[in-house]
Amino acid sequence: MNTPAIEARGLRKSYGQKVVLDDVHLTVGAGTVTALLGPNGAGKTTAVHILATLVRPDGGTAVVNGCDVVRDPGGVRAAIGLTGQFSAVDNLLTGEENLQLMARLRHLGANRSRTRVAELLEQFDLTDAARKPLATYSGGMRRRLDLAMTLVSAPSVIFLDELTAGLDPRSRRTMWDIVRGLVADGTTVLLTTQYLDEADELADRIAVLDGGRIVAEGTPDELKRLVPGGHIRLRFADAAALDSAARLLDESARDDAGLSLAVPSDGGVGALRTVLDRLDSANLEVDDLSIHTPDLDDVFFALTSRADTKGTAS
Amino acid sequence: MTTITARRQTTPGTGRQSHVIADAATMLRRNLLHMVRYPGLSVFTIVGPVVLLLFFVFVFGGTLGAGLPGADPAGGREAYVAYVMPGILLLTIAGSAGGTATTVSMDMAEGITARFRTMAISRAAVLAGHVLGNTIQAIIAVVLVLGVGLLIGFRPTAGPVEWSATAGLLVLIAFAISWLGVAMGMQAKSVETASNLPLLLTFLPFLSSGFVPTESMPEWMQWFAQYQPFTPFIEAIRGLLLGTPLGWSPVLAIGWCVVIAVAGYAWSMALYERKSVR
Repeated sequence: MNTPAIEARGLRKSYGQKVVLDDVHLTVGAGTVTALLGPNGAGKTTAVHILATLVRPDGGTAVVNGCDVVRDPGGVRAAIGLTGQFSAVDNLLTGEENLQLMARLRHLGANRSRTRVAELLEQFDLTDAARKPLATYSGGMRRRLDLAMTLVSAPSVIFLDELTAGLDPRSRRTMWDIVRGLVADGTTVLLTTQYLDEADELADRIAVLDGGRIVAEGTPDELKRLVPGGHIRLRFADAAALDSAARLLDESARDDAGLSLAVPSDGGVGALRTVLDRLDSANLEVDDLSIHTPDLDDVFFALTSRADTKGTAS
Repeated sequence: MTTITARRQTTPGTGRQSHVIADAATMLRRNLLHMVRYPGLSVFTIVGPVVLLLFFVFVFGGTLGAGLPGADPAGGREAYVAYVMPGILLLTIAGSAGGTATTVSMDMAEGITARFRTMAISRAAVLAGHVLGNTIQAIIAVVLVLGVGLLIGFRPTAGPVEWSATAGLLVLIAFAISWLGVAMGMQAKSVETASNLPLLLTFLPFLSSGFVPTESMPEWMQWFAQYQPFTPFIEAIRGLLLGTPLGWSPVLAIGWCVVIAVAGYAWSMALYERKSVR
Protein backbone atom coordinates (compact mmCIF):
# COMPACT_ATOMS: atom_id res chain seq x y z
CA MET A 1 0.00 0.00 0.00
CA ASN A 2 1.24 3.51 -0.79
CA THR A 3 1.39 6.41 1.69
CA PRO A 4 -1.81 6.49 3.72
CA ALA A 5 -4.02 9.52 3.13
CA ILE A 6 -6.04 8.70 6.21
CA GLU A 7 -4.60 7.02 9.26
CA ALA A 8 -6.72 6.59 12.38
CA ARG A 9 -5.35 4.93 15.51
CA GLY A 10 -7.50 3.90 18.45
CA LEU A 11 -10.29 6.43 17.91
CA ARG A 12 -12.77 6.62 20.76
CA LYS A 13 -15.89 8.68 21.13
CA SER A 14 -18.75 8.52 23.59
CA TYR A 15 -21.84 10.64 23.98
CA GLY A 16 -22.69 10.42 27.66
CA GLN A 17 -22.95 6.73 28.54
CA LYS A 18 -23.24 5.68 24.92
CA VAL A 19 -20.00 4.48 23.37
CA VAL A 20 -20.14 5.38 19.68
CA LEU A 21 -16.60 4.52 18.62
CA ASP A 22 -14.46 2.05 20.50
CA ASP A 23 -10.81 1.77 19.48
CA VAL A 24 -11.22 2.26 15.75
CA HIS A 25 -8.18 1.75 13.55
CA LEU A 26 -8.42 2.66 9.91
CA THR A 27 -5.90 3.17 7.15
CA VAL A 28 -6.79 4.46 3.72
CA GLY A 29 -4.07 4.53 1.09
CA ALA A 30 -3.72 7.62 -1.07
CA GLY A 31 -5.73 7.37 -4.26
CA THR A 32 -7.81 4.41 -3.06
CA VAL A 33 -11.44 3.96 -2.09
CA THR A 34 -12.34 2.51 1.27
CA ALA A 35 -15.90 1.78 2.24
CA LEU A 36 -16.97 1.97 5.84
CA LEU A 37 -19.78 -0.53 5.92
CA GLY A 38 -22.16 -0.97 8.78
CA PRO A 39 -25.73 -0.97 9.97
CA ASN A 40 -27.50 2.14 11.26
CA GLY A 41 -25.98 3.41 14.47
CA ALA A 42 -22.68 1.60 13.94
CA GLY A 43 -20.70 4.84 14.26
CA LYS A 44 -19.95 5.44 10.58
CA THR A 45 -21.00 9.07 10.55
CA THR A 46 -19.22 9.83 13.81
CA ALA A 47 -16.02 8.32 12.40
CA VAL A 48 -16.32 10.49 9.29
CA HIS A 49 -17.10 13.57 11.39
CA ILE A 50 -13.97 13.04 13.46
CA LEU A 51 -11.82 12.64 10.35
CA ALA A 52 -13.45 15.73 8.81
CA THR A 53 -12.70 17.79 11.97
CA LEU A 54 -16.37 18.28 12.87
CA VAL A 55 -16.12 16.27 16.07
CA ARG A 56 -13.19 15.90 18.42
CA PRO A 57 -12.33 12.33 19.38
CA ASP A 58 -12.25 11.44 23.08
CA GLY A 59 -9.14 9.37 22.49
CA GLY A 60 -6.81 8.15 19.76
CA THR A 61 -5.24 10.01 16.87
CA ALA A 62 -6.14 10.59 13.27
CA VAL A 63 -4.00 12.03 10.53
CA VAL A 64 -5.53 13.13 7.23
CA ASN A 65 -3.26 14.11 4.39
CA GLY A 66 -0.38 14.51 6.83
CA CYS A 67 -2.22 16.79 9.26
CA ASP A 68 -3.48 15.80 12.69
CA VAL A 69 -7.23 16.35 12.94
CA VAL A 70 -7.03 17.76 16.47
CA ARG A 71 -3.80 19.73 16.39
CA ASP A 72 -4.01 21.05 12.84
CA PRO A 73 -7.68 21.05 11.79
CA GLY A 74 -6.97 23.95 9.42
CA GLY A 75 -4.49 21.83 7.48
CA VAL A 76 -6.99 18.98 7.25
CA ARG A 77 -9.79 21.28 6.14
CA ALA A 78 -7.68 22.70 3.33
CA ALA A 79 -7.27 19.20 1.90
CA ILE A 80 -10.66 17.58 2.37
CA GLY A 81 -14.22 17.69 1.14
CA LEU A 82 -17.25 16.20 2.86
CA THR A 83 -20.61 15.39 1.39
CA GLY A 84 -22.79 14.43 4.27
CA GLN A 85 -25.89 12.42 4.79
CA PHE A 86 -27.95 15.59 5.05
CA SER A 87 -27.68 17.92 2.14
CA ALA A 88 -25.52 20.88 3.00
CA VAL A 89 -26.70 23.26 0.32
CA ASP A 90 -28.08 26.76 0.60
CA ASN A 91 -31.75 26.34 -0.26
CA LEU A 92 -32.32 30.05 -0.76
CA LEU A 93 -29.76 30.34 -3.56
CA THR A 94 -29.64 28.85 -7.05
CA GLY A 95 -27.38 25.95 -7.93
CA GLU A 96 -24.93 28.24 -9.63
CA GLU A 97 -24.86 30.64 -6.68
CA ASN A 98 -24.18 27.75 -4.32
CA LEU A 99 -21.16 26.77 -6.38
CA GLN A 100 -20.00 30.38 -6.62
CA LEU A 101 -20.25 30.67 -2.86
CA MET A 102 -17.97 27.65 -2.47
CA ALA A 103 -15.55 28.99 -5.08
CA ARG A 104 -15.31 32.28 -3.20
CA LEU A 105 -14.79 30.55 0.13
CA ARG A 106 -12.04 28.43 -1.44
CA HIS A 107 -10.44 31.66 -2.78
CA LEU A 108 -10.19 30.47 -6.35
CA GLY A 109 -10.15 33.96 -7.82
CA ALA A 110 -12.72 35.42 -10.22
CA ASN A 111 -11.59 33.77 -13.47
CA ARG A 112 -10.79 30.39 -12.02
CA SER A 113 -14.13 30.45 -10.15
CA ARG A 114 -16.11 31.11 -13.30
CA THR A 115 -14.51 28.29 -15.27
CA ARG A 116 -14.65 25.85 -12.37
CA VAL A 117 -18.35 26.54 -11.67
CA ALA A 118 -19.24 26.13 -15.35
CA GLU A 119 -17.15 22.95 -15.51
CA LEU A 120 -18.90 21.41 -12.50
CA LEU A 121 -22.39 22.38 -13.69
CA GLU A 122 -21.58 20.64 -16.97
CA GLN A 123 -20.01 17.57 -15.35
CA PHE A 124 -22.89 17.10 -12.93
CA ASP A 125 -25.55 17.71 -15.57
CA LEU A 126 -26.90 20.79 -13.81
CA THR A 127 -26.33 23.38 -16.52
CA ASP A 128 -30.02 23.68 -17.39
CA ALA A 129 -31.03 24.07 -13.76
CA ALA A 130 -28.12 26.36 -12.84
CA ARG A 131 -30.18 29.51 -12.48
CA LYS A 132 -33.21 27.86 -10.90
CA PRO A 133 -33.93 28.00 -7.17
CA LEU A 134 -33.15 24.83 -5.25
CA ALA A 135 -36.79 24.32 -4.37
CA THR A 136 -37.27 23.04 -7.92
CA TYR A 137 -34.46 20.45 -7.66
CA SER A 138 -35.10 16.73 -7.33
CA GLY A 139 -33.38 14.68 -4.63
CA GLY A 140 -30.82 13.40 -7.11
CA MET A 141 -30.03 16.90 -8.44
CA ARG A 142 -29.67 18.21 -4.92
CA ARG A 143 -27.23 15.42 -4.05
CA ARG A 144 -25.27 16.05 -7.24
CA LEU A 145 -25.06 19.74 -6.40
CA ASP A 146 -23.99 18.86 -2.87
CA LEU A 147 -21.15 16.73 -4.24
CA ALA A 148 -20.24 19.35 -6.84
CA MET A 149 -19.93 21.92 -4.04
CA THR A 150 -17.53 19.61 -2.24
CA LEU A 151 -15.42 19.30 -5.38
CA VAL A 152 -15.08 22.99 -6.19
CA SER A 153 -11.51 23.09 -4.88
CA ALA A 154 -10.60 19.56 -6.08
CA PRO A 155 -9.81 18.26 -2.57
CA SER A 156 -7.34 15.39 -2.35
CA VAL A 157 -9.36 13.47 0.26
CA ILE A 158 -13.13 13.17 0.03
CA PHE A 159 -15.57 11.81 2.58
CA LEU A 160 -18.89 10.62 1.24
CA ASP A 161 -21.33 9.88 4.01
CA GLU A 162 -24.23 7.76 2.75
CA LEU A 163 -23.86 9.34 -0.65
CA THR A 164 -26.67 7.42 -2.31
CA ALA A 165 -29.11 7.02 0.57
CA GLY A 166 -32.61 7.63 -0.70
CA LEU A 167 -31.66 7.94 -4.38
CA ASP A 168 -33.32 6.02 -7.20
CA PRO A 169 -31.26 3.35 -9.04
CA ARG A 170 -30.41 5.63 -11.95
CA SER A 171 -29.20 8.43 -9.68
CA ARG A 172 -27.17 5.91 -7.72
CA ARG A 173 -25.44 4.75 -10.91
CA THR A 174 -24.70 8.36 -11.82
CA MET A 175 -23.15 8.95 -8.40
CA TRP A 176 -21.07 5.78 -8.70
CA ASP A 177 -19.75 6.92 -12.07
CA ILE A 178 -18.82 10.27 -10.56
CA VAL A 179 -16.96 8.57 -7.70
CA ARG A 180 -15.09 6.33 -10.16
CA GLY A 181 -14.12 9.44 -12.08
CA LEU A 182 -12.73 11.03 -8.93
CA VAL A 183 -10.66 7.97 -8.13
CA ALA A 184 -9.32 7.88 -11.66
CA ASP A 185 -8.06 11.42 -11.02
CA GLY A 186 -6.18 10.23 -7.95
CA THR A 187 -8.58 11.37 -5.23
CA THR A 188 -8.71 9.41 -2.01
CA VAL A 189 -12.25 8.46 -1.06
CA LEU A 190 -13.68 7.23 2.22
CA LEU A 191 -17.34 6.42 1.81
CA THR A 192 -19.85 5.11 4.27
CA THR A 193 -22.70 2.96 3.15
CA GLN A 194 -25.17 0.37 4.30
CA TYR A 195 -25.44 -1.01 0.78
CA LEU A 196 -23.21 -3.98 0.14
CA ASP A 197 -23.43 -3.74 -3.62
CA GLU A 198 -22.21 -0.17 -3.38
CA ALA A 199 -19.20 -1.15 -1.29
CA ASP A 200 -18.51 -4.10 -3.61
CA GLU A 201 -18.89 -1.91 -6.67
CA LEU A 202 -16.71 1.02 -5.62
CA ALA A 203 -14.33 0.09 -2.85
CA ASP A 204 -10.78 -1.27 -2.98
CA ARG A 205 -11.06 -2.12 0.68
CA ILE A 206 -13.98 -2.47 3.05
CA ALA A 207 -13.98 -1.93 6.79
CA VAL A 208 -17.02 -3.34 8.54
CA LEU A 209 -18.04 -1.21 11.48
CA ASP A 210 -20.45 -2.56 14.04
CA GLY A 211 -21.25 -1.24 17.48
CA GLY A 212 -18.38 1.25 17.26
CA ARG A 213 -15.72 -1.35 16.42
CA ILE A 214 -14.12 -2.42 13.18
CA VAL A 215 -15.13 -6.08 13.10
CA ALA A 216 -13.46 -6.91 9.81
CA GLU A 217 -11.31 -5.21 7.24
CA GLY A 218 -10.03 -6.28 3.86
CA THR A 219 -10.73 -6.41 0.15
CA PRO A 220 -14.24 -7.48 -0.83
CA ASP A 221 -12.90 -10.94 -1.78
CA GLU A 222 -11.03 -11.34 1.47
CA LEU A 223 -14.16 -10.52 3.40
CA LYS A 224 -16.23 -13.02 1.44
CA ARG A 225 -13.73 -15.73 2.28
CA LEU A 226 -14.13 -14.92 5.98
CA VAL A 227 -17.57 -16.33 6.07
CA PRO A 228 -18.41 -19.99 5.99
CA GLY A 229 -21.24 -20.96 3.72
CA GLY A 230 -19.46 -21.40 0.38
CA HIS A 231 -20.32 -24.77 -1.10
CA ILE A 232 -20.70 -26.86 -4.23
CA ARG A 233 -24.23 -28.10 -4.78
CA LEU A 234 -24.54 -31.43 -6.61
CA ARG A 235 -27.83 -32.81 -7.86
CA PHE A 236 -28.29 -36.46 -8.69
CA ALA A 237 -30.73 -38.40 -10.86
CA ASP A 238 -31.90 -40.81 -8.16
CA ALA A 239 -31.72 -41.66 -4.48
CA ALA A 240 -29.20 -44.44 -5.03
CA ALA A 241 -26.69 -42.10 -6.60
CA LEU A 242 -27.28 -39.60 -3.80
CA ASP A 243 -26.62 -42.30 -1.20
CA SER A 244 -23.36 -43.35 -2.79
CA ALA A 245 -22.20 -39.79 -3.19
CA ALA A 246 -23.07 -38.94 0.41
CA ARG A 247 -21.00 -41.90 1.61
CA LEU A 248 -18.12 -40.85 -0.61
CA LEU A 249 -18.17 -37.20 0.48
CA ASP A 250 -18.85 -37.63 4.17
CA GLU A 251 -18.40 -33.96 5.11
CA SER A 252 -21.33 -32.97 2.91
CA ALA A 253 -24.90 -32.18 3.88
CA ARG A 254 -27.63 -34.07 2.02
CA ASP A 255 -31.02 -32.88 1.00
CA ASP A 256 -33.16 -35.97 0.25
CA ALA A 257 -36.13 -34.08 -1.10
CA GLY A 258 -34.02 -32.19 -3.61
CA LEU A 259 -31.77 -35.21 -4.34
CA SER A 260 -28.87 -32.90 -3.77
CA LEU A 261 -25.72 -32.67 -1.75
CA ALA A 262 -23.98 -29.54 -0.45
CA VAL A 263 -20.21 -29.98 -0.25
CA PRO A 264 -18.41 -27.26 1.76
CA SER A 265 -15.88 -25.50 -0.43
CA ASP A 266 -13.98 -22.24 -0.73
CA GLY A 267 -15.27 -21.97 -4.27
CA GLY A 268 -11.80 -22.52 -5.76
CA VAL A 269 -11.15 -24.55 -8.91
CA GLY A 270 -8.87 -27.01 -7.04
CA ALA A 271 -11.57 -27.95 -4.55
CA LEU A 272 -14.07 -28.39 -7.36
CA ARG A 273 -11.70 -30.67 -9.29
CA THR A 274 -11.06 -32.83 -6.20
CA VAL A 275 -14.78 -33.34 -5.66
CA LEU A 276 -15.43 -34.18 -9.31
CA ASP A 277 -12.43 -36.54 -9.44
CA ARG A 278 -13.72 -38.47 -6.47
CA LEU A 279 -17.18 -38.77 -8.01
CA ASP A 280 -15.63 -39.81 -11.31
CA SER A 281 -13.54 -42.57 -9.78
CA ALA A 282 -16.73 -43.97 -8.18
CA ASN A 283 -18.55 -43.71 -11.52
CA LEU A 284 -21.21 -41.46 -10.12
CA GLU A 285 -23.10 -39.29 -12.58
CA VAL A 286 -23.89 -35.70 -11.53
CA ASP A 287 -27.06 -34.24 -12.97
CA ASP A 288 -26.46 -30.65 -12.13
CA LEU A 289 -23.79 -28.63 -10.39
CA SER A 290 -23.66 -25.12 -9.03
CA ILE A 291 -21.12 -23.19 -6.97
CA HIS A 292 -22.24 -20.92 -4.17
CA THR A 293 -19.77 -18.34 -2.93
CA PRO A 294 -20.77 -16.22 0.02
CA ASP A 295 -21.71 -12.71 -1.02
CA LEU A 296 -21.29 -9.60 1.05
CA ASP A 297 -24.78 -10.03 2.44
CA ASP A 298 -23.61 -13.21 4.17
CA VAL A 299 -20.52 -11.35 5.39
CA PHE A 300 -22.56 -8.47 6.66
CA PHE A 301 -25.04 -10.60 8.54
CA ALA A 302 -22.41 -12.93 9.91
CA LEU A 303 -20.19 -10.12 11.14
CA THR A 304 -22.73 -7.65 12.43
CA SER A 305 -25.16 -10.01 14.12
CA ARG A 306 -22.64 -11.26 16.65
CA ALA A 307 -21.45 -8.39 18.81
CA ASP A 308 -18.32 -10.24 19.99
CA THR A 309 -16.92 -11.01 16.54
CA LYS A 310 -13.43 -9.69 15.99
CA GLY A 311 -12.29 -11.15 12.71
CA THR A 312 -9.58 -9.50 10.64
CA ALA A 313 -8.88 -10.55 7.13
CA SER A 314 -5.65 -8.77 6.42
CA MET B 1 6.86 12.73 7.20
CA THR B 2 7.70 14.49 3.97
CA THR B 3 3.99 14.94 3.33
CA ILE B 4 3.66 16.90 6.56
CA THR B 5 6.31 19.44 5.67
CA ALA B 6 4.93 19.76 2.17
CA ARG B 7 1.46 20.54 3.51
CA ARG B 8 2.75 23.08 5.96
CA GLN B 9 4.38 25.00 3.17
CA THR B 10 1.28 25.18 1.04
CA THR B 11 -1.02 26.37 3.83
CA PRO B 12 0.91 28.69 6.10
CA GLY B 13 -0.97 30.02 9.11
CA THR B 14 -0.64 33.63 8.04
CA GLY B 15 -2.26 32.82 4.70
CA ARG B 16 -5.29 31.41 6.49
CA GLN B 17 -5.63 34.45 8.73
CA SER B 18 -5.71 36.92 5.90
CA HIS B 19 -8.87 35.32 4.50
CA VAL B 20 -11.05 36.24 7.51
CA ILE B 21 -12.12 39.58 6.05
CA ALA B 22 -12.66 38.16 2.56
CA ASP B 23 -14.67 35.25 3.98
CA ALA B 24 -16.76 37.55 6.16
CA ALA B 25 -17.51 39.62 3.05
CA THR B 26 -18.52 36.46 1.16
CA MET B 27 -20.80 35.44 4.01
CA LEU B 28 -22.26 38.94 4.21
CA ARG B 29 -22.94 38.83 0.49
CA ARG B 30 -24.73 35.52 0.94
CA ASN B 31 -26.92 36.90 3.72
CA LEU B 32 -27.76 40.04 1.76
CA LEU B 33 -28.69 37.87 -1.22
CA HIS B 34 -31.07 35.94 1.04
CA MET B 35 -32.70 39.22 2.09
CA VAL B 36 -33.15 40.37 -1.48
CA ARG B 37 -34.41 36.96 -2.64
CA TYR B 38 -36.75 36.39 0.31
CA PRO B 39 -37.78 39.78 1.67
CA GLY B 40 -40.57 38.32 3.83
CA LEU B 41 -38.54 38.27 7.01
CA SER B 42 -37.22 41.79 6.41
CA VAL B 43 -40.69 43.16 5.73
CA PHE B 44 -41.88 41.64 8.97
CA THR B 45 -39.21 43.46 11.00
CA ILE B 46 -40.47 46.77 9.57
CA VAL B 47 -44.21 46.16 9.64
CA GLY B 48 -44.27 45.21 13.33
CA PRO B 49 -42.76 48.45 14.70
CA VAL B 50 -44.73 50.60 12.22
CA VAL B 51 -48.02 49.05 13.34
CA LEU B 52 -47.07 49.59 16.98
CA LEU B 53 -46.02 53.17 16.25
CA LEU B 54 -49.35 53.99 14.60
CA PHE B 55 -51.23 52.16 17.32
CA PHE B 56 -49.49 53.94 20.17
CA VAL B 57 -49.66 57.36 18.55
CA PHE B 58 -53.22 57.31 17.26
CA VAL B 59 -54.91 55.10 19.86
CA PHE B 60 -53.07 55.82 23.10
CA GLY B 61 -51.12 58.90 22.02
CA GLY B 62 -53.62 61.59 22.96
CA THR B 63 -53.99 60.42 26.55
CA LEU B 64 -50.42 59.24 27.07
CA GLY B 65 -49.02 62.47 25.63
CA ALA B 66 -51.23 64.61 27.87
CA GLY B 67 -49.83 62.71 30.86
CA LEU B 68 -46.18 63.39 30.00
CA PRO B 69 -44.45 65.65 32.51
CA GLY B 70 -44.59 69.25 31.32
CA ALA B 71 -46.71 68.48 28.26
CA ASP B 72 -49.50 70.70 27.02
CA PRO B 73 -52.68 68.57 27.48
CA ALA B 74 -54.12 69.90 24.21
CA GLY B 75 -51.09 68.86 22.12
CA GLY B 76 -50.84 65.39 23.61
CA ARG B 77 -50.54 63.42 20.39
CA GLU B 78 -47.73 65.57 18.94
CA ALA B 79 -45.85 65.40 22.22
CA TYR B 80 -46.27 61.63 22.33
CA VAL B 81 -44.96 61.08 18.76
CA ALA B 82 -41.77 62.79 19.87
CA TYR B 83 -41.64 60.85 23.11
CA VAL B 84 -42.29 57.36 21.70
CA MET B 85 -40.17 57.53 18.53
CA PRO B 86 -36.80 56.61 20.13
CA GLY B 87 -38.48 53.64 21.85
CA ILE B 88 -40.00 52.48 18.54
CA LEU B 89 -36.59 52.72 16.83
CA LEU B 90 -35.04 50.57 19.56
CA LEU B 91 -37.95 48.15 19.32
CA THR B 92 -37.18 47.84 15.60
CA ILE B 93 -33.60 46.86 16.39
CA ALA B 94 -34.65 44.46 19.15
CA GLY B 95 -37.17 42.86 16.79
CA SER B 96 -34.53 42.26 14.11
CA ALA B 97 -32.77 39.82 16.45
CA GLY B 98 -35.63 37.39 15.87
CA GLY B 99 -34.89 37.41 12.14
CA THR B 100 -31.18 36.80 12.76
CA ALA B 101 -31.93 33.94 15.11
CA THR B 102 -34.24 32.36 12.54
CA THR B 103 -31.73 32.57 9.67
CA VAL B 104 -28.89 31.27 11.85
CA SER B 105 -31.05 28.40 13.04
CA MET B 106 -32.04 27.58 9.46
CA ASP B 107 -28.40 27.34 8.48
CA MET B 108 -27.73 24.99 11.37
CA ALA B 109 -30.70 22.80 10.49
CA GLU B 110 -29.72 22.56 6.83
CA GLY B 111 -26.23 21.37 7.58
CA ILE B 112 -24.58 24.14 5.60
CA THR B 113 -22.93 25.36 8.80
CA ALA B 114 -21.34 21.93 9.15
CA ARG B 115 -20.08 22.27 5.58
CA PHE B 116 -18.55 25.65 6.38
CA ARG B 117 -16.85 24.08 9.37
CA THR B 118 -15.17 21.39 7.27
CA MET B 119 -13.75 24.12 5.06
CA ALA B 120 -10.82 26.26 6.07
CA ILE B 121 -13.03 29.24 6.95
CA SER B 122 -12.67 31.05 10.24
CA ARG B 123 -15.74 30.61 12.40
CA ALA B 124 -15.67 34.33 13.16
CA ALA B 125 -16.15 34.98 9.44
CA VAL B 126 -19.23 32.76 9.23
CA LEU B 127 -20.85 34.45 12.22
CA ALA B 128 -19.73 37.94 11.25
CA GLY B 129 -21.53 37.48 7.93
CA HIS B 130 -24.76 36.99 9.84
CA VAL B 131 -24.09 39.84 12.23
CA LEU B 132 -23.15 42.37 9.55
CA GLY B 133 -26.06 41.31 7.34
CA ASN B 134 -28.48 41.72 10.19
CA THR B 135 -26.99 45.05 11.24
CA ILE B 136 -27.55 46.36 7.73
CA GLN B 137 -31.07 44.96 7.70
CA ALA B 138 -31.85 46.51 11.09
CA ILE B 139 -30.53 49.91 10.01
CA ILE B 140 -32.61 49.83 6.82
CA ALA B 141 -35.64 48.97 8.96
CA VAL B 142 -34.82 51.80 11.39
CA VAL B 143 -34.55 54.31 8.54
CA LEU B 144 -37.92 53.24 7.10
CA VAL B 145 -39.62 53.31 10.50
CA LEU B 146 -38.11 56.74 11.14
CA GLY B 147 -39.48 57.84 7.77
CA VAL B 148 -42.98 56.79 8.83
CA GLY B 149 -42.43 58.71 12.09
CA LEU B 150 -41.48 61.86 10.15
CA LEU B 151 -44.63 61.47 8.05
CA ILE B 152 -46.90 61.37 11.08
CA GLY B 153 -45.36 64.40 12.72
CA PHE B 154 -42.07 63.44 14.39
CA ARG B 155 -39.93 66.60 14.34
CA PRO B 156 -36.37 66.05 15.59
CA THR B 157 -34.35 69.11 16.58
CA ALA B 158 -31.01 67.46 15.86
CA GLY B 159 -28.29 69.16 13.83
CA PRO B 160 -25.77 67.33 11.59
CA VAL B 161 -23.53 66.43 14.54
CA GLU B 162 -26.42 64.95 16.53
CA TRP B 163 -27.72 63.07 13.48
CA SER B 164 -24.28 61.54 12.87
CA ALA B 165 -24.01 60.57 16.53
CA THR B 166 -27.51 59.05 16.41
CA ALA B 167 -26.63 57.05 13.31
CA GLY B 168 -23.39 55.84 14.89
CA LEU B 169 -25.07 54.81 18.11
CA LEU B 170 -27.92 53.00 16.31
CA VAL B 171 -25.41 51.06 14.20
CA LEU B 172 -23.50 50.11 17.32
CA ILE B 173 -26.64 48.96 19.12
CA ALA B 174 -27.83 47.00 16.08
CA PHE B 175 -24.41 45.36 15.85
CA ALA B 176 -24.44 44.36 19.52
CA ILE B 177 -28.02 43.05 19.43
CA SER B 178 -27.20 41.08 16.26
CA TRP B 179 -24.46 39.16 18.07
CA LEU B 180 -27.00 38.28 20.72
CA GLY B 181 -29.48 37.24 18.01
CA VAL B 182 -26.86 34.95 16.42
CA ALA B 183 -26.16 33.28 19.75
CA MET B 184 -29.86 32.85 20.46
CA GLY B 185 -30.38 31.30 17.03
CA MET B 186 -27.60 28.81 17.73
CA GLN B 187 -29.02 28.02 21.13
CA ALA B 188 -32.44 27.21 19.66
CA LYS B 189 -33.27 23.53 19.24
CA SER B 190 -35.27 24.08 16.05
CA VAL B 191 -36.07 26.74 13.48
CA GLU B 192 -39.59 27.01 14.87
CA THR B 193 -38.40 27.95 18.35
CA ALA B 194 -35.50 30.11 17.19
CA SER B 195 -37.38 33.38 17.55
CA ASN B 196 -38.71 32.63 21.05
CA LEU B 197 -35.66 33.73 22.99
CA PRO B 198 -35.19 36.97 20.98
CA LEU B 199 -38.85 37.74 21.63
CA LEU B 200 -37.83 38.52 25.20
CA LEU B 201 -35.64 41.29 23.81
CA THR B 202 -38.66 43.01 22.29
CA PHE B 203 -40.24 43.31 25.73
CA LEU B 204 -37.33 45.32 27.05
CA PRO B 205 -38.20 48.60 25.25
CA PHE B 206 -41.65 48.44 26.89
CA LEU B 207 -40.09 48.00 30.32
CA SER B 208 -37.91 51.07 29.86
CA SER B 209 -38.42 54.78 29.45
CA GLY B 210 -39.45 54.16 25.83
CA PHE B 211 -43.23 54.35 26.07
CA VAL B 212 -43.89 56.03 29.40
CA PRO B 213 -41.52 57.79 31.84
CA THR B 214 -40.09 55.32 34.35
CA GLU B 215 -41.29 57.53 37.23
CA SER B 216 -44.87 56.45 36.49
CA MET B 217 -44.07 52.75 37.12
CA PRO B 218 -44.26 50.84 40.41
CA GLU B 219 -41.03 51.11 42.38
CA TRP B 220 -39.70 47.59 41.73
CA MET B 221 -40.29 47.98 38.01
CA GLN B 222 -38.72 51.41 38.07
CA TRP B 223 -35.57 49.86 39.43
CA PHE B 224 -35.47 47.32 36.59
CA ALA B 225 -36.35 49.95 33.99
CA GLN B 226 -33.60 52.28 35.11
CA TYR B 227 -30.84 49.71 35.06
CA GLN B 228 -31.63 47.68 31.95
CA PRO B 229 -29.75 48.54 28.75
CA PHE B 230 -32.67 49.85 26.73
CA THR B 231 -33.23 52.85 29.00
CA PRO B 232 -29.80 54.40 28.31
CA PHE B 233 -30.15 53.43 24.62
CA ILE B 234 -33.46 55.26 24.41
CA GLU B 235 -32.42 58.20 26.57
CA ALA B 236 -29.29 58.72 24.47
CA ILE B 237 -31.21 58.64 21.18
CA ARG B 238 -33.91 60.90 22.63
CA GLY B 239 -31.31 63.36 23.88
CA LEU B 240 -29.53 63.41 20.52
CA LEU B 241 -32.65 63.78 18.40
CA LEU B 242 -34.76 66.01 20.62
CA GLY B 243 -32.29 67.81 22.86
CA THR B 244 -33.47 66.31 26.16
CA PRO B 245 -30.75 66.07 28.85
CA LEU B 246 -28.25 63.33 27.94
CA GLY B 247 -26.54 62.83 31.30
CA TRP B 248 -24.55 59.62 31.40
CA SER B 249 -26.80 57.82 28.93
CA PRO B 250 -24.44 57.92 25.90
CA VAL B 251 -21.61 56.45 27.98
CA LEU B 252 -23.88 53.82 29.50
CA ALA B 253 -25.32 53.01 26.07
CA ILE B 254 -21.88 52.47 24.55
CA GLY B 255 -20.83 50.45 27.59
CA TRP B 256 -23.88 48.20 27.27
CA CYS B 257 -23.20 47.76 23.53
CA VAL B 258 -19.69 46.53 24.27
CA VAL B 259 -20.93 44.17 26.99
CA ILE B 260 -23.75 42.77 24.83
CA ALA B 261 -21.57 42.37 21.74
CA VAL B 262 -18.80 40.62 23.66
CA ALA B 263 -21.25 38.36 25.47
CA GLY B 264 -23.08 37.49 22.23
CA TYR B 265 -19.77 36.86 20.46
CA ALA B 266 -18.45 34.59 23.21
CA TRP B 267 -21.75 32.75 23.50
CA SER B 268 -22.11 32.12 19.77
CA MET B 269 -18.45 31.11 19.31
CA ALA B 270 -18.80 28.56 22.10
CA LEU B 271 -21.99 27.17 20.57
CA TYR B 272 -20.60 27.13 17.03
CA GLU B 273 -17.95 24.56 17.95
CA ARG B 274 -20.39 22.44 19.90
CA LYS B 275 -23.58 22.59 17.89
CA SER B 276 -22.81 22.93 14.22
CA VAL B 277 -22.98 19.16 13.78
CA ARG B 278 -26.14 17.28 14.15
